[in-house]
Amino acid sequence: MSEPVRPDTVAIAVRVVDMALGAGASQAEAVVIDGRSALTRFANNEIHQNVAEDDTVVSLRFVDGKRIGVASANRGDDDSLRRLARTAGETASLQPEQEWFESLPVPGPTPPAEGAWAASTAEADPDLRAEAAAAVIGAAEGVGAQAFGLVETRSETISVVNSLGIRVSEARSRGQVLTVMMGPGGGTGYAEQVAVDVSAIDASAIGHEAAERTAAMRDPIDLAAGDYAVVLDSYAAMDVALWLGLVGFGAQDVQEHQSFYARGKVVASPLVNLADDGTDPEGAPASFDYEGVAKQRVPLLERGVCREIVHDTKTAAREGRRSTGHALPAPNPWGPYPLNLSMAAGETPRAEVVGGLERGLLVTRFHYTNVVHPKQVKITGMTKDGLFLVEGGQVRAPVRNLRFTQSYLEALAAVEAVSIERRSVDGDGYLGTIVVPTLRIGSFSFTGTTGH
Amino acid sequence: MSDLAQRALDTTSHLGAGYADVRVVRRQDQSINVKSGRVEGVSLGETEGFGVRVLVDGAWGFASSGRMDGPEVDRVAALAVRIARASAMHARHPIVLSDRPPAVGRYQTPVEEDPFEVPVDGTVDMLLEAERAMAAVNGTTTTAAGYRAFREWKDFFATDGSHTEQVITHVGASLEVNAAGDDDVQRRSFPESGGYRAAGYEHVRDLDLPARAPGLAAEAVELLSAPVLPPGRRTIVLHPSQLYLQIHESCGHPTELDRVFGTEAAYAGTSFLTTDKLDAGFAYGSDQVTLVADATTPGGLGTFGWDDEGVVAQKVPLVQDGIFSGYLSSRETAPRIGRSSGGAVRADGWNRLPLIRMTNINLEPRAGMSLEDIIADTDDGLLLESNRSWSIDDRRLNFQFGVEVAREIRNGQLGQLYRDATYTGITPQFWDSCDAVADERSWQLVGVTNCGKGQPGQGMHVGHGSSGARFRDVEVGVGNA
Repeated sequence: MSEPVRPDTVAIAVRVVDMALGAGASQAEAVVIDGRSALTRFANNEIHQNVAEDDTVVSLRFVDGKRIGVASANRGDDDSLRRLARTAGETASLQPEQEWFESLPVPGPTPPAEGAWAASTAEADPDLRAEAAAAVIGAAEGVGAQAFGLVETRSETISVVNSLGIRVSEARSRGQVLTVMMGPGGGTGYAEQVAVDVSAIDASAIGHEAAERTAAMRDPIDLAAGDYAVVLDSYAAMDVALWLGLVGFGAQDVQEHQSFYARGKVVASPLVNLADDGTDPEGAPASFDYEGVAKQRVPLLERGVCREIVHDTKTAAREGRRSTGHALPAPNPWGPYPLNLSMAAGETPRAEVVGGLERGLLVTRFHYTNVVHPKQVKITGMTKDGLFLVEGGQVRAPVRNLRFTQSYLEALAAVEAVSIERRSVDGDGYLGTIVVPTLRIGSFSFTGTTGH
Repeated sequence: MSDLAQRALDTTSHLGAGYADVRVVRRQDQSINVKSGRVEGVSLGETEGFGVRVLVDGAWGFASSGRMDGPEVDRVAALAVRIARASAMHARHPIVLSDRPPAVGRYQTPVEEDPFEVPVDGTVDMLLEAERAMAAVNGTTTTAAGYRAFREWKDFFATDGSHTEQVITHVGASLEVNAAGDDDVQRRSFPESGGYRAAGYEHVRDLDLPARAPGLAAEAVELLSAPVLPPGRRTIVLHPSQLYLQIHESCGHPTELDRVFGTEAAYAGTSFLTTDKLDAGFAYGSDQVTLVADATTPGGLGTFGWDDEGVVAQKVPLVQDGIFSGYLSSRETAPRIGRSSGGAVRADGWNRLPLIRMTNINLEPRAGMSLEDIIADTDDGLLLESNRSWSIDDRRLNFQFGVEVAREIRNGQLGQLYRDATYTGITPQFWDSCDAVADERSWQLVGVTNCGKGQPGQGMHVGHGSSGARFRDVEVGVGNA
């Protein structure tokens, strides 16, 4: 059962909305985020950075007819809130009318998201994080490697109140352990886990997974660039889901002709099912968005076919429908995004996903990817921390990193197997937590080599 | 403010810190976005708080808060010490700081017209006018214009008696236009990277966005029917609107000394510029190439009076006539290579730990040819303008960039337009292929506001000056076969 970290965030939101109405707003909306976070970084097998942060941010959307002003500040006392209301009102008054605006959203049923917050994460202290780091470092030392990484804990309460009756509040938490290891002979490895409940993360297991990969990557061979069949481990598969989410399934991108999406269009193998699901307990559960609208489960791809897209109030109004609960904080020039991506599990054990690869590459993760062609979702980036040549379903040799330039849509169309097992992986700082399986893909284009 | 900061320093000293510093930071951030005839958003954000950094038993601790009162200052100062002690239990190499004189004084960005005093409605009207001029061009699908003003008041205090006050102001305004077909979308933008400058509103007036709008839109439409750049090996001339990011990714980041020592390995990566290459004559590039980190460049987003350790702003050579010669460094890292801090430590606000960051990383102009002269001097090549995409490996060797516009150069004349242009290379080989750097006549300063580094993530405002340069035998059109 979720519990708020502090009880006063709704009260702050209600007060500032009332102040805005008193200052002449026709509608008003407040978002209050009160959070505490801490992060311990380690490198070269020792802790080198260790930080903590405590803050409350109040954001106010002041509506004056069809004029809208947004102001934010990190103060919750009445004088500061009054100043915030005045600033937002002045900002609104200086604008031309915004014809697209119809109304802030109205209240609707908002079922709570079970498992969004864990006391263990909120109460984690520097010693807990240091011990987790030590467990990872110990695993690295076991294979003669150096560990680099982080242990993070974060707990926040988000409250959204508007003058039309929306009044929602939820506590959310997140813990993460991540490591990159560097071993003798040029081997590198990676492992990561994200969870609402930091006590559910086995730091030692993360350490040993990365250590095993690091040892296996010793003395990598060179392989020529070219097209290879691949198995994308969950960390690499995350990147595929991430970019589809960033450039494909947001309603604004679709409405502005920037996306490949068309309802009913076949873009992937029938084995591929992708949704945005704020209720997935393996992800980061959340019951509402930054407008206070309940998050719907939105099927994006079903059996490889484009189904729905995610909306906020503005993009939904353009199509005469209700928001799906995917708004970002205002003001938001980017439109709605799927922040709870979940790729469905397949029917093949991960070992058989790899075992079915006659000749190709097992890719642990991608690094520094970026879009070359948005409508084709053509992406370039590097492999990193675990690239292996597979022959006859067996890992034969570690391989030096390669650059790829590949349409992720074409890659998804060539998916041959999807694993039963899934992982919860950080969405690279952009799209929250993404839940993904391991994928086997018939062809993937590698376009450059490196010396490491 | 000084009382609270001194209270924090006293608390950390009382609890055993050997060194501590406090930054009290307030920020204002105003943004205006218009798109396709609509005002998408006007906002003003403010944030203030303080961060306490302590050195205890040779290890760092850092804590911060947005609540600035006596009890909270005591709590945060004590938490920073507690965190440092937890770090010290798992630290093996005690931190030693390079010396510097106590920092005392005041710095502020030169501003002629205060952007926060300019009425919002005038800026909205200017952006809508420019945006309408783009939308009036047949074939455009989305048009957008944006403006942002940023101001930071930062007071720095340290246990050695340092106390500096700085007021930094940055402004930017820019245009973007897209033309979309069934399977393609082409973009043109101006100026690059949001058009930022450390200046006042006078910079926005100088940009004259409405005048640039029609031509920009016409280019976007023209790109949609242009041929895709064929793959091959070509001579390329990089305009400053692309060269800035080449410098950022392949020189700025790999010269960050914390990366070299591995402390960013879990996120941003490491560097091929290992310390054995320093003072060893390592050829970073051709003798045309001289790169500096200059925190004093007028108008640069990496310009300040002191860095966030109280080290005075300075100009540090990174590459001199092609030879690798220096790093971006901190008080912690510089002693490990026998040098003093180069003053490149910066934090993204009150709630982030200061890290080594770029200042203004500039490619020094070479007397001789202007950019136009270089184009005229090229028999067969491509002029590449305006960054569209970027990617580089964790050691900053293998890179691939995409640009909005490629124009063929034949016998010194610009000709055929190409879309979907990319180029790729390996950093030292690429810079070694540089056979011409333009002179000061085409020198441009580009501000970057989204440089990412650190965990938790920190964005940073940095600058890059360059005048354009030519590179031979470069692989282009990657993936366009």
